[in-house]
Amino acid sequence: MSETIMQVQDLKVYFDVLPQGAMPWTKPRRLRAVDGVTFDLKAGETLGIVGESGCGKSTLARAVIRMIPAEAGSVLWLGQELLKFDKKQLRNQRKQVQMIFQDPLASLNPRMNIGEIIAEPLKTHYPETPKAEIKQRVREVMEKVGLLPNLVNRYPHEFSGGQCQRIGIARALIMKPKLIICDEPVSALDVSIQAQVVNLLKELQDEMGLSLIFIAHDLSIVKHISTRIMVLYLGNMVELSDSADLYAHPRHPYTQALISAVPIPDPEIERNKEVILIEGDLPSPINPPSGCVFRTRCPRAADLCAQQKPEWRDAGDGHMVACHFHD
Amino acid sequence: MSLLEVRDLNVKFNTPDGEVHAVKNMNFSMEEGETLAIVGESGSGKSQAVFAMIGLLARNGYASGSVMFEGTEILNLHGPALNKIRAAKISMIFQDPMTSLNPYMRVSDQMAEVLVHHKGMSKSAAIAESVKMLDAVKIPEAKSRITMYPHEFSGGMRQRVMIAMSLLCQPKLLIADEPTTALDVTVQAQIMQLLDDIQKDFGTAIILITHDLGVVAGSTHDTLVMYGGQVMEDAPTDELFAHPTHPYTRGLLSAVPRLDQDNETLNTIPGSPPNMMNMPKGCPFYGRCEYRLDVCVDTLPPLTEIPGHAGHFRACNVPVEDIK
Amino acid sequence: MLVDSQKVGDLAENLAKMDEVKGRSLWGDALRRFKQNKAAMVSLIILTLVILFSLTGQFLTPWSNEEIDWNIMGNVAEMGKPSFETGHYFGADDLGRDLYARVVQGSRISLMVGVVGALIAVIVGTLYGAVAGYVGGRTDQIMMRIVDILMSIPYMFVLILLLVVFGRSVVMLFVGIGLISWLDMSRIVRGQTLTIKNKEFVEAAQAMGVPGFKIIMKHIVPNLLGVVAVYATLLVPGMILTESFISFLGLGVQEPSTSWGALISEGAGTIQYGTPWQLWFPLAFFVVSLFCFFFIGDGLRDALDPKDR
Repeated sequence: MSETIMQVQDLKVYFDVLPQGAMPWTKPRRLRAVDGVTFDLKAGETLGIVGESGCGKSTLARAVIRMIPAEAGSVLWLGQELLKFDKKQLRNQRKQVQMIFQDPLASLNPRMNIGEIIAEPLKTHYPETPKAEIKQRVREVMEKVGLLPNLVNRYPHEFSGGQCQRIGIARALIMKPKLIICDEPVSALDVSIQAQVVNLLKELQDEMGLSLIFIAHDLSIVKHISTRIMVLYLGNMVELSDSADLYAHPRHPYTQALISAVPIPDPEIERNKEVILIEGDLPSPINPPSGCVFRTRCPRAADLCAQQKPEWRDAGDGHMVACHFHD
Repeated sequence: MSLLEVRDLNVKFNTPDGEVHAVKNMNFSMEEGETLAIVGESGSGKSQAVFAMIGLLARNGYASGSVMFEGTEILNLHGPALNKIRAAKISMIFQDPMTSLNPYMRVSDQMAEVLVHHKGMSKSAAIAESVKMLDAVKIPEAKSRITMYPHEFSGGMRQRVMIAMSLLCQPKLLIADEPTTALDVTVQAQIMQLLDDIQKDFGTAIILITHDLGVVAGSTHDTLVMYGGQVMEDAPTDELFAHPTHPYTRGLLSAVPRLDQDNETLNTIPGSPPNMMNMPKGCPFYGRCEYRLDVCVDTLPPLTEIPGHAGHFRACNVPVEDIK
Repeated sequence: MLVDSQKVGDLAENLAKMDEVKGRSLWGDALRRFKQNKAAMVSLIILTLVILFSLTGQFLTPWSNEEIDWNIMGNVAEMGKPSFETGHYFGADDLGRDLYARVVQGSRISLMVGVVGALIAVIVGTLYGAVAGYVGGRTDQIMMRIVDILMSIPYMFVLILLLVVFGRSVVMLFVGIGLISWLDMSRIVRGQTLTIKNKEFVEAAQAMGVPGFKIIMKHIVPNLLGVVAVYATLLVPGMILTESFISFLGLGVQEPSTSWGALISEGAGTIQYGTPWQLWFPLAFFVVSLFCFFFIGDGLRDALDPKDR
């Protein structure tokens, strides 16, 4: 078993929101963006995080690298408490974790050419690196992601979406990080380009032993790339399991609905399959339901669900689920 | 007579950097009550083709060819004639309902306005009718929610309001431009279900513009695949998915990861879509095609029916037998 | 097909041109678009001529701006007309001083006031606004309230007070105009910063561990410069107008120095004595320059933000 690089224990992220027309002394209300998430991440594995918009998946990904302050909980980075790192330690840690973003063009500064963009992490952390070496490293990493190194002087707007995402990946790789957080890295790309980027990420992961935290709302892509998958709903963990097992035997009613809703590009299967429609709207994270957060829309909801928050329990073979009545 | 018959539709745009040929020689027809999917990536011209049909092109765009709706020419109509068609016969819903709903008007006023204007109903009758329509799209408590403002609805509900609004005049044809792209999967499933129901209940024909092959598979009769402004393949949906005959269609189908299958690496279509400003002379897919022949550089054959497969059209120089 | 084979394909495709390709920066693009804008280019040429005139005009005349031509004094309406024979190309002013020399010197002052005012606005306003917008929260609140307070003071009043208390001098004028000019700029810049701050490339820089000040200087400010440049060119005429107004009130530049505003004021005062050139010449320079600045500002905006066209 490879080493664990990150352990997240009961992490909570709350935001203070002021109601409309609030006075300066009005007490802000708490928005529970992430409400008690626990997981660990091993070297070389990919953890997929899925959930619908507003479930807190992006917030979670930013909180585990301290881009957003956490309210409570603990994040162990290589065995050390990340949430207690001082400035210097944090800067050091930033070298080992990089991020890839959803909108490939927007994540690149339009006024910098791509050589500067890719070299930026290097220049930030090792400002004394000689120019020739920076240039060499940029070329290497560009080749690695399938970009022509002679394009270093071009600007982001001269590239297509897929190429921009490659530039973003190159920038993330130049520091040879241990972990890359991918925040919806392919959802803004065309179908024929998505596959290229996903394959590239997988290939790089094998080659460099990277760990990935892969956030997406597209379940088919997450399944394709992830070792394990966590399902979030309203800031709460719903299910966490090995990716094949999760799709084959989803235990939680929400996961089941989610999976059944994903359209499959095959008319025969698609017409004959039964979609579990969940009724109603997502409750507000400012005022989440008592007990189980999914109970307001759950077909299996009972009295118990309103009174008691379901435990995070192992349903067999490390398949974790939070439901009183799971399959 | 077909409900809609499109012949040699061309759409061009004048831009500061030159002319862009967004749609080239598009041909198709659809029957009443049918669902047609137009599939393509961004820049494939799928939306512009439809915008041209109902006179929604940007000011620097112009269309040529012919679009017959119930036997009358509707391409390049202007003024009242266009408005009449748009309101009563063809309506459209968009990817982001927020852009087509007025944020400062109550939903009731916006919906009633349509009926008062086009059908000459009284305001109260119009509102009653609107409530009925909101019920039909399964908005709970329609009667009380109709007085709300668009931002008070969730994304999925807003799309339902849009659909209800577009159905008010009982159009023959509903054009849905990426209606679920901005929505979550579970909401997407609800909306697609709703569109299915509407088709059954009202007999409305639907043109579904999308990039998602999964959505297409579930709910359409015919599928039109576009690439670089041209129709690559047009076939009954079942047939298209079972026997794709165009290299692009095949590439696209194999590049999509599927929930029901396990594959280590995804197939990819190498390269990127062509630049609209600088379209290749022949087949737009030439640069990325694994079957390409020398003739493809400067010729793209017209859309022709495959012998023995009624209704299955393709535009490709490579013989069907050679594509495996 | 694996990425590798594709990489190879891509590489082969471009192998012929393996030298580093030059990129088209956004600034380069903007310059190209700006050059296509005829009105802006003509304005730029005229403005350059005006600036050259203000810098070198005094070498073309024997007269200086304070020397009185005793020959024509007292009979300016008759003998002080614009003429090449007397050497008074633009005629003489009411005291018999050479108007040409005075316009040259006035242009210099007016343009300087405009440019210095705009420069202070650009430097102070941009930094102030960018810091407020980027840091956000309480800092932002306090910084912007300070701007609000400064803005709520009637600036003309403050300016006049300043000039009266500390005496009229060009330096005082710069100080006064500089004090007020950056307020609007800082607000505009802060607003822009708020939108840029939420762009993913800023978040990317934060995730990389780039320190805050460096993010402002490298990621935010360069992306602001388009707006700033446009607003600055529109600010220059504003500053010139302010100075003209103050001079018109008689509080501006001190005699014998002069400015467009002062010259116009004098010319307007003497127009009924049959000396219209005293108004027309400075007015023409003033109007032409203002138009040039406006057209250039317009051209810059179109060039830097082509989506708005």
